[in-house]
Amino acid sequence: MTTTEPRPVAPVDVKTLIEEVLEPYPEKAKKKRAKHLNVYDHAKADCGVKSNVKSVPGSMTTRGCAYAGSKGVVWGPIKDMVHISHGPVGCGYYSWSGRRNYYIGTTGIDSYGTMQFTSDFQERDVVFGGDKKLTKLIEEVEELFPLNRGQSIQSECPIGLIGDDIEAVARKTAKEIGKTIVPVRCEGFRGVSQSLGHHIANDTIRDWVFPNSEKVAEEQNHQVGPYDVAIIGDYNIGGDAWSSRILLEEIGLRVVAQWSGDGTLNEMFLTPKVKLNLVHCYRSMNYIARHMEETYQIPWMEYNFFGPTQIAESLRTIAARFDATIQANAEAVIAKYEAQIKAVLDKFRPRLEGKTVALMVGGLRPRHVVPAFTDLGMQLIATGYEFGHNDDYKRTTHYIENGTLIYDDVSASEFEHFVKKLNPDLVASGIKEKYVFQKMALPFRQMHSWDYSGPYHGYDGFAIFARDMDLALNSPTWSLIPTPWGKDKALAAAAH
Amino acid sequence: MAQNDINKIKDHAELFHQSEYQELFAEKKQFEGGHSPEEVERVAEWTKGWEYREKNFNREALTVNPAKACQPLGAILAASGFEGTLPFVHGSQGCVAYFRSHFTRHFKEPFSTVSSSMTEDAAVFGGQNNMIEGLANSYKLYQPKMIAVSTTCMAEVIGDDLQAFITNAKHADAVPHDFPVPYAHTPSFVGSHITGYDEMLKNILTTLNPTKPTGSWRNGKINIIPGFETYVGNLREVKRIAKAMDVEINLLADNSDVLDSPNTGTYQMYPGGTPLADAADTIHGEATIALQAYSTVRTRKMITGWGQPNQVVRPIGIRGTDEFLMKLSALSGKPIPAELEAERGRAVDALTDSQAWLHGKRVALYGDPDLVIGLVQFLLEVGAEPVHIVVSNSNDDFETELRALLDSSPAGSGATIWGGKDLWHMRSLLFTEPVDLLIGNSYGKYLWRDTKTPLVRIGYPIFDRHHLHRYSTYGYQGAINLLNWIVNALLDELDRNTIVPAKTDISYDLIR
Repeated sequence: MTTTEPRPVAPVDVKTLIEEVLEPYPEKAKKKRAKHLNVYDHAKADCGVKSNVKSVPGSMTTRGCAYAGSKGVVWGPIKDMVHISHGPVGCGYYSWSGRRNYYIGTTGIDSYGTMQFTSDFQERDVVFGGDKKLTKLIEEVEELFPLNRGQSIQSECPIGLIGDDIEAVARKTAKEIGKTIVPVRCEGFRGVSQSLGHHIANDTIRDWVFPNSEKVAEEQNHQVGPYDVAIIGDYNIGGDAWSSRILLEEIGLRVVAQWSGDGTLNEMFLTPKVKLNLVHCYRSMNYIARHMEETYQIPWMEYNFFGPTQIAESLRTIAARFDATIQANAEAVIAKYEAQIKAVLDKFRPRLEGKTVALMVGGLRPRHVVPAFTDLGMQLIATGYEFGHNDDYKRTTHYIENGTLIYDDVSASEFEHFVKKLNPDLVASGIKEKYVFQKMALPFRQMHSWDYSGPYHGYDGFAIFARDMDLALNSPTWSLIPTPWGKDKALAAAAH
Repeated sequence: MAQNDINKIKDHAELFHQSEYQELFAEKKQFEGGHSPEEVERVAEWTKGWEYREKNFNREALTVNPAKACQPLGAILAASGFEGTLPFVHGSQGCVAYFRSHFTRHFKEPFSTVSSSMTEDAAVFGGQNNMIEGLANSYKLYQPKMIAVSTTCMAEVIGDDLQAFITNAKHADAVPHDFPVPYAHTPSFVGSHITGYDEMLKNILTTLNPTKPTGSWRNGKINIIPGFETYVGNLREVKRIAKAMDVEINLLADNSDVLDSPNTGTYQMYPGGTPLADAADTIHGEATIALQAYSTVRTRKMITGWGQPNQVVRPIGIRGTDEFLMKLSALSGKPIPAELEAERGRAVDALTDSQAWLHGKRVALYGDPDLVIGLVQFLLEVGAEPVHIVVSNSNDDFETELRALLDSSPAGSGATIWGGKDLWHMRSLLFTEPVDLLIGNSYGKYLWRDTKTPLVRIGYPIFDRHHLHRYSTYGYQGAINLLNWIVNALLDELDRNTIVPAKTDISYDLIR
């Protein structure tokens, strides 16, 4: 099989395809799942799918849990705090170094991002409760890792079921140690996906960090500037927040905080002083942005740093919130990168033009990365969220074309069937999906971890994105899959 | 601009070394509220000393960087080794997302497992509805031949009754009445992934072999239980050896084809595994050989209950493999063929060739109990000296067995077994009592970075190097693989330490 030409796609009636995909389900599950699959109709305000409800048991959902949303996404990247996986050993083990939230720091000394701290619950802890152990553990962390700026307690399932009072432990130990201790009720059974974990984690920042903000800013004699902003909802996967920050600084803004990739507790403390919150991943951090708007009157806006079209648009929109100097800077920066972008497009667009993509990710990416593909001449034919809400699907309508297939919380069987029939040139999803589609001889890129590459944000990131899509689609190994002695095309070709 | 050459696009490995980004990092520090470089350096030095080591080993409540996972991970690995079997984990769904990601990152293969997706209401009312719905849906969607149920800690804490739930699910026609649904309670706050493997395997075999053996009839096969095995190469090597010896084996559970399937352009969800009919014939086997002890304790007890002879043989290194071949030969009456004897000779020859570079080398290692025993067997055979042995999921029987093995050789007598300790303990050990080599999984790379001890990756998970799991560590071939990895890591390190021109490169030798 060659990928130099777009794959032949038999005309598929997507509505019929959805019926086909639903066919094997038992009646009850079929009824539930039918509401999550649709074809986007551009006359509608959203994508016409139900979302953020319980996954169907046994369907093989890709979703994670509230702990993953809090420890894995929101809190875990705060580099100078120790995040305790409180409960049995597994949750912390499986999420240990899994997300490549890059940071600068001396691990184990002043930074702890790629470490695993756990209370490693045993049966006696479940029976007698874990509060005493937790207290002791927090003291031990303080003794062995004295440069930590604080600790967070990331609850695993048993904590909420056995009635432990982690808030009391947090209050007591915080007082004794004189540092921030944040109890997070992110037990995995709460909510329907990692999404509730984001929300719970956001709320704990509001309740356990912000109350000390004013005091910290005063102690540090923090000088507020006219161009102070915070990056909200960038987890610095492969360095994404850095290749974004560089652009914001180039247009003259002062980035006071990164939430939470390469972020610190101090940056969180200082955030209520900024002039504008810039939200990249809306899904996981809109809550804290809204809170800051209500409480500190800090406006917030979403932006998109995937692909040059959206980057330029976002820079202009951001600059419009400031004065003429910043606006002029934005134009200068956009102009400065023009040559770099032209070189990328000249090289890669001809290799990718007309290729089709099926996406399935979490957070913001099922919509946000679409323009980056479009910039490369590629076409999105299907997309969906692992754990999106209706507001995500509304936002998605600005990014997709009429007739795009939409799947919410797609199951393994549905996704496999859809892809088989739609035959996209590229599937862009997660690690659990990757090898399923590669076995189907389909080029694939991980859109959570950037397949260990990145950054993909910003102008510098777009060059890498383009390179990576090209290397996936045009890998010479795809042509090795059919045996030369197979009965189909290959034999015929050899006969010539 | 940092991205200044279209023909050499820089990703994270180079991009952030550019001056633009170095300046950005320096500027960012003003908001971070970090410590001074001097303070960081002071504390970093302090963590390398004996005082810190003592504090570190006095920990009672805190675990840092443990080398163990939880039970259901092992349970689904056991389940994955049977034909057409869908692992089903009853409880919160996030666990399954984690297990699947973990195995997928190691094997670079799809790993299918479903969850019953329990949420708050199930925490209150119990998970029976989730179980019934989950079984019905997964049975219809994925058409398995068997569904193997294990549990998360959530289901265990609320006390879900699997037996009753599955019976009720069958009454509700979620799956046919005669459809096999073995189940295992696998709470993550008891044991570790190796315990979960044992529980699931035992219960699968119990379900498929419901009756006592009838009379003295035996099927002529030798059952082989690999245990929590993450080297598909090992399973293939065991099959190859048995074939070479013309011994019929029943490998339980054989996930080598499931976790190493060919790319044919067609995805198959169930690309292999031990046939259920064979698994159901386990009870009629001549005998059982377990290749690991501590991940098969309860399974072997059950087999003993069947009246079937069984024992543990670890085919690692020369003597371990000798023992395995002799055991197969004794049980089957088949001689050890010249082909394998020649392999043995080649492996011994290779060991002899490299021994001078291994003699007296001080080694730290960590991993699951059986892996550690196998590696120690091998290290002692080549005259290397195990020094620090950390096993997070240790137990008393294991420590007694390992101590006896260590004491059997002068090279082993200086070793300390650190049961129940973690990789942060190991860090202190490596700083205070340095060694020449560290053996462990990918997480060992952090110890390599901090202590500069060269790392040989053997164990699970291996995320940051490709294809090592395709090789065997078993058999004479496996001995050569282990030797290759270990001796060449030492030689690489020697080159690295002698590479400075006009300074250290006097020893940068061409011939070694």
